[in-house]
Amino acid sequence: MSTLIDILLLSLMGITALAAVRMKSLFGAVMLTGIFSLLSALWFLILDAVDVSFTEAAVGAGISTVLMLGTLSLTKSEEKTSNHSQIIPLFVVFVTGGVLIYGTLDMPDFADPLAPIHTHVAPHYIEKSGAEIGVPNIVTSVLASYRGFDTLGEVTVIFTAGVGVLLLLGIGRRREDGDE
Amino acid sequence: MMFFVTVIALFPAMFLALGRAIVGPTLYDRVLAVNSFGTFTVLMIAVLGFMTDQTDFVDIALTYALINFIGTIAVLKFFVVGDFGYEEQRDQ
Repeated sequence: MSTLIDILLLSLMGITALAAVRMKSLFGAVMLTGIFSLLSALWFLILDAVDVSFTEAAVGAGISTVLMLGTLSLTKSEEKTSNHSQIIPLFVVFVTGGVLIYGTLDMPDFADPLAPIHTHVAPHYIEKSGAEIGVPNIVTSVLASYRGFDTLGEVTVIFTAGVGVLLLLGIGRRREDGDE
Repeated sequence: MMFFVTVIALFPAMFLALGRAIVGPTLYDRVLAVNSFGTFTVLMIAVLGFMTDQTDFVDIALTYALINFIGTIAVLKFFVVGDFGYEEQRDQ
């Protein structure tokens, strides 16, 4: 039953991706990437990764669409047709894909209970995180408590990046100039 | 079962909206298509939540509706103004 939903959703994603690649109008391509982000957020939600889905919807469908439109206001709105031969890029893509597929051959089987990722700390989190932390969502308790210092570091990095961007844009300085 | 039929019934609408986003022809068709596609995503999340007995998906659907609204406002502002700059910067 849910297989049918998965197939329909993934075919929607495939159609959107192909259309975004083929489209000459850059504005239309930006709109299609927004649709693709919405679909992948829905897909993450079906896979029970709610936090990833939130991030995808906020960053993919929200912010990056706005950033792409901001870029479009600086460039032309039509894709330039390239005259270069496309054989070498195709070859590079196929080689890279082949190497990546070769890399997956060493991985443990799908849903193998003896795989390293299922025998390391995951059983401890699944069995004891409810009693130790008291948060119903295991992912949240891992991020906010077991790896709390790691998350604090990440937040500090993002805060520093935001402050740096604000200083580079000079938003505060421009307001002061206006007052003088 | 009823929710499953609802999910399946949403897919033709999503395919039609996607088709309108691909075919165009005007920019406004595409904006409207993306906006309605976002609405279908919100509906789909809510129905999927009830289908799998995870009713807290409704909160997520509401947040998605807010993100979709902000995105549409940004795109329409891009149409009217041409960029996302400040008023004072344009005067200079």
